[in-house]
Amino acid sequence: MAEAILQIFRGDAKGGAAKECRVPMAPGMVVLDALHYVQAHQIPDLAVRWNCKAGKCGSCSAEVNGRPRLTCKTRMDALPLDKPITIFPMKSFPVIKDLVTDVSWNFRINKKIPPFQPRPGADWKIEQKDVDRVQEFRKCIECFLCQNVCHVLREHDKKEEFGGPRFFVRVAGLEMHPMDGASRAGLLRKELGIGLCNITKCCTEVCPEDIHITDNAIIPLKERVVDEFYDPLLMLVRKIRGVKQSQD
Amino acid sequence: MSDRFETHEHDVLIIGAGGAGLRAAIEALGQGASVGVVCKSLLGKAHTVMAEGGIAAAMANVDAADDWRTHFRDTMRGGKMLNNWRMAQIHAQEAPDCVRELEHWGALFDRTDNGQILQRAFGGHTYKRLCHVGDRTGLEMIRTLQDRGVQMGFDVYMECTVTRLLKDGDRVAGAFGYWREQGRFVVFKAKSVVIATGGIGKAWPITSNSWEYTGDGMALAYEAGAALMDMEFVQFHPTGMVWPPGVQGILVTEAVRGEGGILRNKTGERFMERYDPQRMELSTRDVVARAIYTEVREGRGTEHGGAYLDISHKPAEYVKRKLPSMYHQFLELADVDITKRPMEVGPTCHYMMGGIRVDAETAQSTLSGLFAAGEAAAGLHGANRLGGNSLSDLLVFGRRAGLAAAKHASSTPAPSVDSAQIDQAERDALEPFQRKDGESPYAVHRDLQDSMQKLVGIFRNKEDLQRSLGEIDKLKQRLKRISVEGSRLYNPGWHLALDLKSMLTVSEAVALSALAREESRGAHSRIDFQNLDPAWGARNNIIGREGEAMRLRQEKVLETPGELKQILAEGK
Repeated sequence: MAEAILQIFRGDAKGGAAKECRVPMAPGMVVLDALHYVQAHQIPDLAVRWNCKAGKCGSCSAEVNGRPRLTCKTRMDALPLDKPITIFPMKSFPVIKDLVTDVSWNFRINKKIPPFQPRPGADWKIEQKDVDRVQEFRKCIECFLCQNVCHVLREHDKKEEFGGPRFFVRVAGLEMHPMDGASRAGLLRKELGIGLCNITKCCTEVCPEDIHITDNAIIPLKERVVDEFYDPLLMLVRKIRGVKQSQD
Repeated sequence: MSDRFETHEHDVLIIGAGGAGLRAAIEALGQGASVGVVCKSLLGKAHTVMAEGGIAAAMANVDAADDWRTHFRDTMRGGKMLNNWRMAQIHAQEAPDCVRELEHWGALFDRTDNGQILQRAFGGHTYKRLCHVGDRTGLEMIRTLQDRGVQMGFDVYMECTVTRLLKDGDRVAGAFGYWREQGRFVVFKAKSVVIATGGIGKAWPITSNSWEYTGDGMALAYEAGAALMDMEFVQFHPTGMVWPPGVQGILVTEAVRGEGGILRNKTGERFMERYDPQRMELSTRDVVARAIYTEVREGRGTEHGGAYLDISHKPAEYVKRKLPSMYHQFLELADVDITKRPMEVGPTCHYMMGGIRVDAETAQSTLSGLFAAGEAAAGLHGANRLGGNSLSDLLVFGRRAGLAAAKHASSTPAPSVDSAQIDQAERDALEPFQRKDGESPYAVHRDLQDSMQKLVGIFRNKEDLQRSLGEIDKLKQRLKRISVEGSRLYNPGWHLALDLKSMLTVSEAVALSALAREESRGAHSRIDFQNLDPAWGARNNIIGREGEAMRLRQEKVLETPGELKQILAEGK
């Protein structure tokens, strides 16, 4: 039977190095299958985060041959087997052990987002096309691969000033919810720092759910922020009427 | 009380952060209780996220004739009348409000032409009843609940596993566990504990369940002295993937059949005509699973040992819109475009109808202060669960469990826990590190799975079940001799070693109950007792602990009152 050679990162917060393992290939095998094989036969304490193994929970993110992927959806037969397959943890988050990283920062960001607020007097009659429009954002499985590749987080580590693509997608899912009545423009501008995004679309490229993060979520949200805070006409109207800007 | 460990105190401690746990947490918070939620994975990754088909609720948006009575009747008939009638009634009556509530918290469902929540057909449901959003209903539900809970302010202890419930005399007093990340121990003190840990699928090799489903909650409750019930009823979902090997068992939603999918054997025959000519593909899961299994066993299976499930007669755009995750799952993992070719499917271990015995009104177990909801609890589904009734179960009984747990906490003095229990829990958890050169926990797990698949599968008989009890006993001995490598830092081998204890306890309860029930009912099929037996139809199997021994006894099924009996007798 054919064999694959893996170079799996072994280490913790203090550092580590790749360890070579050999696994027998099987039809349709995915990288997560290979990692499970290694756990059962070679390295019983190899730390791997996973749950559904069906691309629905977004737990098993890692960098395979340098590309951020869900290991449960990465087919071994789609990778070149003439050289070792490297499997490393997501780079933008601190390593806990092996392939498991500390993603708790994401949960702290999420807490800042004002929840769904139904419009007063909403009658809950919703058209399917309005559901379809936000579906794209609501199917996010929180794998955090977009957070992992975003330059603002990966190269510049601006975790204190920036929310990252995942949370722009989440805000888009709320803002474009047909029954939602809240405005999160102030949050986007300040706490989530949407202005830092320079729309390189790296997030869109790695999204396993094919969400058009940049085009459909981030750019429209940037426009909302501009409309709310920088529209000269609106600013003038507000000044005359003495209206304060929302949530600023 | 020992102060050696990090300690947290809550009025209500909830173990499990799937739909039931989160719904319970929201309700308890609403009552003013302080709430802690402990979960083995990250928040939002629980199995609810994988639920695909929908939430069953008699909202009558599509079929105006539907009402709670019909839903009640369908649930009882699907469960072969072994259900707790009161749970089935409460569930059918409260599910529509629970769905509306979820919508008001921000969940978005597919719509009818006049803007109401759309409902789809599903096996065993008389009317179109499943509220859904494509085939990712569970994701919408868990995000909605998780965000509401976070905003209301519960404390979440993520990647934390509970290994033991703590007691104060004969009531529950909290829990002992470990952080998976660092391996440090943690003590929770609580007046009420809600178990919402799901099922036991990982005791079988072919399963739709993730690594988390190791029966922890049922084992914790059993160890603490609470009763389990109906443990012989394990649902094998008819349609899991069968090829390639790595994806074997991954769920293929019943919504494929709900949307018109047709099952055929290798000769092209629509074989359900022979098993249930009226309901065909939308028969109950127990019937369809046995049908596929029988076709394969009798030589009419597909190349990889399953049946064909075909939806390609529907327009490709429709399939992609209504079943998007199925479309991608087959395309990416099995190289099959389901808009053009049939899927290969076969039974996969999916759901535990049995579990912790609870009171219908309060979800309280037989142990004071211990509550259970969702898959971890028994009663609602009887001998077989209908598709869609699980998500509604989570909402209805999660809410009730949270409410009752908060009330219990408000009328109960703070419990005290003696340090001996905690010391013992620590010793038990560290034991696998004490040995060198023992067996690997992965090997013990694999052998348990093989034995459950072979001996406690879809079709059972006395000899197999007796053998399985012997195997489980041997595996228990082997578990005592395993050793784990490495440190306590995020160590999956160690975690598995501790989960195995729960898996073995629950597997024993399943085998013992299955051996006792000498009839075939719902998901429990005995080759040596192929018919329904009215005497067994009046009895539930109850599991309890006596010292170190597991004891089985029977109790009479609760008698359905007259007016509800009338409902059951009506209809087709």
